[in-house]
Amino acid sequence: MTKPLKIVVLAKQVPDTRNVGKDAMTAEGTVNRAALPAIFNPEDLHALESALRLKDSNPGTEVELLTMGPGRAADIIREGLFRGADGGVLLTDRKFAGADTLATSYALACAIRKMKPDIIIAGRQAIDGDTAQVGPQVAEKLGLPQITYAEEVLSCENGEITVLRRLEHGVETVRGKLPLVLTVNASAPSCRPRNAKCLMKYKHAKTVSEMQAQDADYIEFHQLRTYLNIPEWGVSDISGEEEQFGLKGSPTKVKKIENVVFQVKESKKLGDVDSDIESLIKELIASHTIG
Amino acid sequence: MNNIFVYCETEKGKIADVSLELLTKGRELAKRLNCKLEALVIGNQLSGIERELYSYGADIVHLAEDERLAPYRTLPHTSIVVGLFREEKPQIALFGASSLGRDLAPRVSSALKSGLTADCTSLEIGDHRDTKGNEYKDLLLQIRPAFGGNIIATIINPDHRPQMATVREGVMRKEMLAEAKTGELKILDVDRYVGDEDFAVSIIERHLEERKIDIKGAPIIVSGGYGVGSRENFDLLFELASVLGGEVGASRAAVDAGYADHARQVGQTGVTVRPKLYIACGISGQVQHTAGMQESAMIISINSDPNAPINQIADYSIVGDLSTVIPKIIKSYKANSK
Repeated sequence: MTKPLKIVVLAKQVPDTRNVGKDAMTAEGTVNRAALPAIFNPEDLHALESALRLKDSNPGTEVELLTMGPGRAADIIREGLFRGADGGVLLTDRKFAGADTLATSYALACAIRKMKPDIIIAGRQAIDGDTAQVGPQVAEKLGLPQITYAEEVLSCENGEITVLRRLEHGVETVRGKLPLVLTVNASAPSCRPRNAKCLMKYKHAKTVSEMQAQDADYIEFHQLRTYLNIPEWGVSDISGEEEQFGLKGSPTKVKKIENVVFQVKESKKLGDVDSDIESLIKELIASHTIG
Repeated sequence: MNNIFVYCETEKGKIADVSLELLTKGRELAKRLNCKLEALVIGNQLSGIERELYSYGADIVHLAEDERLAPYRTLPHTSIVVGLFREEKPQIALFGASSLGRDLAPRVSSALKSGLTADCTSLEIGDHRDTKGNEYKDLLLQIRPAFGGNIIATIINPDHRPQMATVREGVMRKEMLAEAKTGELKILDVDRYVGDEDFAVSIIERHLEERKIDIKGAPIIVSGGYGVGSRENFDLLFELASVLGGEVGASRAAVDAGYADHARQVGQTGVTVRPKLYIACGISGQVQHTAGMQESAMIISINSDPNAPINQIADYSIVGDLSTVIPKIIKSYKANSK
């Protein structure tokens, strides 16, 4: 038997580190991070899709996003609403700044306790850090079991979820009782595109901070439509110990950051003409590199 | 007390390569810190496994055996690791950055409120002085590329123990001790650490695939990036690899785009390779990728962009289109090899 679920999807806004183009390179050969676009972390989109599929198969299910970041991370909530989520919370406070994975997980766990979901779904990892730590750490903080590397939710009924996991050397089917935390791999189904109706409905969704810049007419229009309000939670909205948030709550410290500078090595440039390639191949054969 | 611990993972009673690599690194760190190296193995039917761990330098082996402990499940393994670490108070704890280690280590670090650095490419011991002037001696310097590989960060855990790190398979060297040695075996009382609630998630079915694709051992790797353009275009790379007797690798961008399987991924979040010849086709050369191949004996880049960063670490860079250049290489090789 299926029943309506409450699902929280953890999503992060990240700089797009995958394709660092020439525009994002400085003259010194390092990356100018400000020049990278901010995107919805790719695996978190797979997490959102997994949640939306559970909503499809369990009518009445509510999917809410939770993201932590600066004010502009409200874009992540809006993107989720456009694709079919029912709501979302932006966790934002200067006291969260400088958080490593542990302090991030602590803040997220405090917010999740307030949201009381049956399932928490997150992408396996974010492309700016690639740590894959936040999912398991949130689970531990909440005292919940975790199922990592989910590729497909096979069933979710009678308070139990059955999941196919993709491991480095194979697959594994596991079953656990709700509530629990699920992290989703990139091999899971891709997220559905924006839905035109949702886009129309939520294009004016805004946080309180974003509303401050608006005029009186817009504020009135907004106040009549409470679904357009994206809640913003700070430290005072979630119960937690302040020393566990942000930089203070982060056991890991960055000792040193080195920008990677591409070292120029003496490289022979060849064209795609037959003679260049022929002499290279002959050289490789002569040096027993190939052949 | 305050020794270095390595969590050793097993599959079907065999210790994973990554764990043996960590023991090799761990004994170097233990020597530097003048402490002992301890191994922790959790599973079922593992009798005698301690001998192999001694031969890689473990002074003490902690063994937890129970039929419920294999295959690996998150909660019971976490309870044992956390329980043992609370008693033994290691200063450093190392885990493989495998799917198992990346599931287990964060859970352990959260329970112990100690920091964890993922996918380190180098581990060193060094001192640190913070901005307030506090001095820290002999910290574990955890070095890893971050930000998609565009920066190299050195991470420390000044005030929390254990200092925890994961390392990917193939990043560290694996080397047995030159002379055989023995150690001390400590059998753990599993029921002291694990409760019924730790078995909340059950395994219904498992299919392990033998690792068919082995790019780590290939002497020649023909690797493709996002610039290859499609899964179909990768066929040309397979053809070249087959003619040269090599394997096909791929960059993360190519794998993410679905052009190649993850098992072929070279780089920080894939496999680290050191072939005698690495041919990079349509790979721009982000550090995330070059971190996993820059020690290749010879690097040839084929790229239509003469300014691709990969050309700066390549011995030869051929500026041109893959669909033109690769057939020419194949033709020339066939004509000139005996």
